[in-house]
Amino acid sequence: MIAVLEHELKSYFHTLTAYVFGAFLLCFIGIGAMIYNLQAAVSNFEFVLSFASLIFVVIVPILTMRVIAEERKQKTDQLLYSLPISTTHVILGKYLALLVVYLVPLLIISLYPLVFSRYGEVYLPTSYGSIFAFFLLGAALIAVGIFLSSLTDNQGFAAGLGIAVILLNYYSVTLSEHISATAFGTVVALMVVIVVIGVLVQYMTKNENLAYGVAAVLLVLLLAVNWIDSSLLEGLLPKIMTKLSLFERLNVFVNGMFDWTGVVYYLSVAVLFLFLSVQSLEKRRYN
Amino acid sequence: MITVEHITKCYGDFVAVDDLSFTIPEGHVYGFLGPNGAGKSTTMNIITGCLSATEGTVNIDGYDILEQPNQAKRLIGYLPEQPPLYLNETPLEYLHFVGRAKGLRGEELKQQIWEVLEQTGLEHRKHCRIGALSKGYKQRVGIAQALLGNPRVIILDEPTVGLDPLQIIEIRDLIRELGQKHTVIFSSHILSEVQAICDRVLIISKGKLIAFDEPSKLEQQLLSPNEIQLVCEAEQETVSQILSGVANVTRVQFSQGEHNRTIVQLQSDATDIYTVSKEIFLSFAKAQLPLLELSVRKANLEDIFLELTEEKETQTVEEREEENHDRSAGA
Repeated sequence: MIAVLEHELKSYFHTLTAYVFGAFLLCFIGIGAMIYNLQAAVSNFEFVLSFASLIFVVIVPILTMRVIAEERKQKTDQLLYSLPISTTHVILGKYLALLVVYLVPLLIISLYPLVFSRYGEVYLPTSYGSIFAFFLLGAALIAVGIFLSSLTDNQGFAAGLGIAVILLNYYSVTLSEHISATAFGTVVALMVVIVVIGVLVQYMTKNENLAYGVAAVLLVLLLAVNWIDSSLLEGLLPKIMTKLSLFERLNVFVNGMFDWTGVVYYLSVAVLFLFLSVQSLEKRRYN
Repeated sequence: MITVEHITKCYGDFVAVDDLSFTIPEGHVYGFLGPNGAGKSTTMNIITGCLSATEGTVNIDGYDILEQPNQAKRLIGYLPEQPPLYLNETPLEYLHFVGRAKGLRGEELKQQIWEVLEQTGLEHRKHCRIGALSKGYKQRVGIAQALLGNPRVIILDEPTVGLDPLQIIEIRDLIRELGQKHTVIFSSHILSEVQAICDRVLIISKGKLIAFDEPSKLEQQLLSPNEIQLVCEAEQETVSQILSGVANVTRVQFSQGEHNRTIVQLQSDATDIYTVSKEIFLSFAKAQLPLLELSVRKANLEDIFLELTEEKETQTVEEREEENHDRSAGA
């Protein structure tokens, strides 16, 4: 794992990737800090983070797109398979390297509240709590990015997919307000989701029976719930979309509450997608 | 050392490797021979754990490649068909990573990198970007990578494909050299190459193992009786009279050469073809008939290869004819 970590870090800092990522993040946070903290003279640094979280839509895919897609394209994944290191260690090594690349600009950013506090009253616990949540949000999104990169051998496609997924997640709360809250609407929407899950299972496992099976079981469950008590489904879809939003959790921290469920949520998203990435790599061994 | 038991690999309906079993003891250079698409790469990928078999097991010195992958993989150095190189790095950086991943560190790592660079003749290129190296040198970096960690088995998948003749000779010499310290398995679809380097040959066709022996023994066992060709100035009848007195001659064919010379082709089932040629020489001398030519044609690996993979070969011949036909029709 350490060999992979070292190797990845070396390649990030030898190429422009780490610097572009850092520059983007610092630049965007800098613009935010200028607008909120300097021009509007607000002492809350956490607002900047909430504003700047939009930049993840662009920089996370830039950072993660090549992680596995490029190995596949250059056929260097063969080397990783033949070396005496497990797939889990490969993914973990790559993930930790990305976290280090992400942490460097974040450490610079975490100096800002201290600087501001010299010129006025800054409530540091909220600032640093938010920076911590900001780090976790990024960490979870990077895990999602790694997974998307493991699905394809085309960097561009991985990046496009990443932007779409993160953007959708960013706006999911806004979108949920415009979505039908009736039980019928929920059933229709969930059916679409089930079909998408079925297609994904088919793509990942190349096993049609499994895909049909999973989709059928979910459909039956959905219809059964609808038939037994359709009131359960009312307003469910908007609720799910709000709950799934990674960005919404950050706002809890920004509003001054250290939300442990948020921490657990970010960590579980990261673990889930790293697990899926390992499975996606392992799958290649079987095809 | 390596035990492969009943491995089968299916891609959907296509069976790439079909119930393959063999055991490779330690030492020697083994050649994996087969036409394109015979399942050589698939088998090698399965042995090295890069691919999982649909059925069957691979055991490396007691370690199952899927159950105890880390221990098993430490015993193997593998160069896949396309060398897995990070083109932006220098050979030194690349080997450093592979060495670390194989669990080497500190002085030992430096020492081993230095050794493999020397062995593969890369000392002067160690600071060049791999992407800028020639194909032969890239191949060497790939081999150097496989050598790190001093594995007992080295598996090379078509290491000489796409190289120029000089590079091919260098790589072959390197393989021969490696064979003195390691067990080397390499695949090729070029017969002369296998014949030149290998101590043992595995011939594989359509995912099945069809022969596994020393090249010379394969030649002895598998080919139909050896042939002798004569050229003399005598009449056909005289010749057949003389030959009827020679033991172990099974089939005689005559044809007319230039200047009224007779060309005789005969086959023999004798275990030592030279006893027959000796007898022929003496009989002709006794009859005071000068032999203008007496040559023994021994079976070579190519004949065996063609014979064993005949079906495949006729296909390609047909394809070739079709191609020619198309070309001439086009012209």
